[in-house]
Amino acid sequence: MTAPASPTKVRGETLLSVDNVVKHFPISQGVLFKKQIGAVKAVDGVSFELRRGETLGVVGESGCGKSTLARLLMRLESPTAGRATLEGRDLFKASGSELRRLRRNMQMVMQDPYTSLNPRMTVGDIIGEPFDIHPEAAPKGSKRGRVQELLDVVGLNPEHINRYPHQFSGGQRQRIGIARALALRPEIIVCDEPVSALDVSIQAQVINLLEQLQDELGLSYIFIAHDLSVVRHISDRVAVMYLGKIVEIGTEEEIYERATHPYTQALLSAVPVPDPDARTDRSIIRLTGDVPSPADPPSGCRFRTRCWKAQEVCATQEPHAVLRAADPHPSACHFAEVRAAA
Amino acid sequence: MSDFETVAATENQAARRGVSGEPGTPNQVGAPQKPRSLAGDAWRDLRRNPIFWISLGLVVLFTAMAAVPSLFTGNDPRDCLLSRQHAGPSGAAILGYDFQGCDVYARAVYGTRASLLVGALAALATGVIALLVGMLAGYFGGWVDAVLSRVIDIVLGIPLLLAAIVLLKRVSTSSDNVRLFAVIFVLAVLGWTTAARVVRSSVITAKEQDYVAAARMLGAGNGRIMWRHILPNALAPAIVVLTIALGSFIAAEATLSFLGIGLKAPTISWGQDIDTGRIHMRESATPLIVPSAFLALTVLAFIMLGDAIRDAFDPKLR
Amino acid sequence: MTQSAVQPTPASPTPPGGHLLDVRDLHIEFRTREGVAKVINGVSYHLDPGETLAVLGESGSGKSVTAQAIMGILDTPPAHITAGQILYQGQDLLTRSEEQRRQVRGKEIAMIFQDALSALNPVFPVGWQIGETLRQREGMSRADARRRAVELMDLVKIPAAAKRLGDYPHQFSGGMRQRVMIAMALALNPKVLIADEPTTALDVTVQAQIMDLLADLRRDLNMAMILITHDLGVVAGVADRIAVMYAGRIVEHADVRSLYRAPAHPYTKGLLESIPRLDVRGQALATIKGLPPNLMRIPSGCPFHPRCPYAQQVCVDEVPHDLVLGDGRTSACHFAQEVRDDSAR
Repeated sequence: MTAPASPTKVRGETLLSVDNVVKHFPISQGVLFKKQIGAVKAVDGVSFELRRGETLGVVGESGCGKSTLARLLMRLESPTAGRATLEGRDLFKASGSELRRLRRNMQMVMQDPYTSLNPRMTVGDIIGEPFDIHPEAAPKGSKRGRVQELLDVVGLNPEHINRYPHQFSGGQRQRIGIARALALRPEIIVCDEPVSALDVSIQAQVINLLEQLQDELGLSYIFIAHDLSVVRHISDRVAVMYLGKIVEIGTEEEIYERATHPYTQALLSAVPVPDPDARTDRSIIRLTGDVPSPADPPSGCRFRTRCWKAQEVCATQEPHAVLRAADPHPSACHFAEVRAAA
Repeated sequence: MSDFETVAATENQAARRGVSGEPGTPNQVGAPQKPRSLAGDAWRDLRRNPIFWISLGLVVLFTAMAAVPSLFTGNDPRDCLLSRQHAGPSGAAILGYDFQGCDVYARAVYGTRASLLVGALAALATGVIALLVGMLAGYFGGWVDAVLSRVIDIVLGIPLLLAAIVLLKRVSTSSDNVRLFAVIFVLAVLGWTTAARVVRSSVITAKEQDYVAAARMLGAGNGRIMWRHILPNALAPAIVVLTIALGSFIAAEATLSFLGIGLKAPTISWGQDIDTGRIHMRESATPLIVPSAFLALTVLAFIMLGDAIRDAFDPKLR
Repeated sequence: MTQSAVQPTPASPTPPGGHLLDVRDLHIEFRTREGVAKVINGVSYHLDPGETLAVLGESGSGKSVTAQAIMGILDTPPAHITAGQILYQGQDLLTRSEEQRRQVRGKEIAMIFQDALSALNPVFPVGWQIGETLRQREGMSRADARRRAVELMDLVKIPAAAKRLGDYPHQFSGGMRQRVMIAMALALNPKVLIADEPTTALDVTVQAQIMDLLADLRRDLNMAMILITHDLGVVAGVADRIAVMYAGRIVEHADVRSLYRAPAHPYTKGLLESIPRLDVRGQALATIKGLPPNLMRIPSGCPFHPRCPYAQQVCVDEVPHDLVLGDGRTSACHFAQEVRDDSAR
């Protein structure tokens, strides 16, 4: 497979820019006459840019809105508000043939390799489906050859084109999902927890494959995961989400070495490290309580109910993700500061 | 050792990607978690289920009887002589003659066609309505689902026999085919609801699957998603329900004919024969028992077949 | 670290006095339509009062099946225990009657699971569920059981325990539900707590809270704990000893420090090298090639040999014994010492 990245395409230019996207799921009551009584604020004003050839990691705990964000970008859900600019068009306003064209440029790898492949279709049909939907992507008669090429690219035997998904292991199924996402030669691939359903010894194989494909094909990834170690390994830049908002965003080094938001710091300190000696060296920040309901988030700063730095101002004034004096990367905390080395 | 070899064999070609391994050597333990296709599992279950084979045998037998009744009897069911009234079994008629002097066995054999035809066509029509309504309601949801679900509730609330009697009373013609299709029409119009509910719920389940989302992300339209991804998953449970429904439609037809509002002579049907047999029961019981037994066996065969298939497909029972 | 000669030994040497819990040479197979899966192939481990043993393995390694055998909650069929002993305070549980085993369950050995939501009954309030065991097994009155349920909920640090007694499981968050399940497990003061992937379904920050709670409870109540997990990170912080399982066998058994510092089995070594680390930044991850074996066709000799970089002909021909390395650890590898020396480098 030849790399789609031609010399004219500059690495580092902005491919996708997401501006203040909001998704509220209405909560309604009543059987016949439904009345909206509230809204789950799953994603509440998220902005970021994705540059060519980079991996943007998105981390956060369950319910922070990271998966909803992926579904919004893939147009599986319609946003309540916001813009996402891809190829100079607003992705959220596109429809019909324009949307079909934009979809060719952005694909997704899903979390569960067992439910994301139709059990009644052969691998050839699954990976070939993109070409059925977009006949212009493969000249007539070349489909089978393209599918076999894709199988080879993701490290599967091209002769297994007629097998069914249940004949493959979890890691191999995830490779099939990756092949399907690659079929239309997109520039952007959204990976929603692509390795969290896999066994530890298989995870590394899939992560290495994703990195290799990025190098060969010049792909850009939005890599969504709850595992901070995996995200650090694969990402160039990282966004940390909490209750529907990005609380901190920066380069991998800025987030992991010089985090200024208390939530990021707590999250990082809680990650178990496979080294019995490290445990005693690191001072672990213990957050109390649980994440509040996204249907009724706290006023002001959403993290204040669990934050040890919280003051009056945190309840009244919402901190925005702007550059802070502590370290030059956006952090949504009134009291942003780099944590003293433990 | 075989694992070692297969892994080694694919390694060269896969080494470039840092992979190895071979499909067909799933990493799960034993059977409980092993992924395999539902149909394959179901077939394995069915193959060793005697009830499945018995009911399938009966279904095949009755279908053959309906298609080519002359294979099963040399006598003409309409060749009736009053002089043979209630004559006992003999070489000419193995189960004897009825009140009209017709061959009891031949009439039962020839009655199969009408019964099966009504059952099969009513089930087919039911299937079409159920798939259409179930797919629309389940796939589109919202107000489409709300409206269609209420329609299902209303039809389900109508007692099948009572409504059939009311509707069929109005069909005054005695033309064979018109009556036949009237009965099929009435049964289908009143009997599609259960299957539609089953289709609707399996469509809702299939719709939520990740592979449907994956197809949508590729830009697949509603038609493609319904046809390629949802219909195949909704079909199997629908077929099971329809097999069972087929049995109950045959029973319903017999009931209507027995009541004199279903099929009428010259069409031969079990329901009518049971009715005439009942009147002359004191003189001879065979003309009542034989068509009743045929009816009971056919209905039972279809219901057992449907049950066996449903159990085989139900993952909760394994 | 002394380097005494490698020598074959019995799987689990018993010290004088005996262990609290001693699993000896356990063999379990699952007999299914497709064939016989040899799920556990000679597992031995022991547990002493007050210590934490981590059983580490991937899906299909047999880590949970062993625990279910100890609890006596295996589904038989398909599971059949074909050999072995499970000694609790010197007595073999496997030869006891079902009634006697029921006495042990909960009161002596209790278990908590990964999925608290399905382990709790959705139609009863949590206070009632915690109290149920007490009323049935201890014959407590309703009021006493209620009082004790509040105590237990306080013990597992559920805020405002008395007020939440009447709440149903779905009204609790994931972390709180896990606490409720722990409270239920502790109701009869067990001496052994088996925790099967207790934090896998939880978020990182909540996971840390639950692991802290378990460590505190173990210390305060002087329980022994078996922690079953696939997460090398979780183990490092809490366990005293680790048993690593692969294809129904314990391939390596060591105290936590020596195992992480220098794994002596190629599988453990491969696992440690294949996980991305938060504290160590590297390039491409090392991988273990291939897939875990199908348990119906376990490779000859050492089950790990098709995936092992150290494999030689002897690994194909001979099942490796547990080799005792000088520092009291064992590794079921023909080249255990070599692997450890490589790792230590």
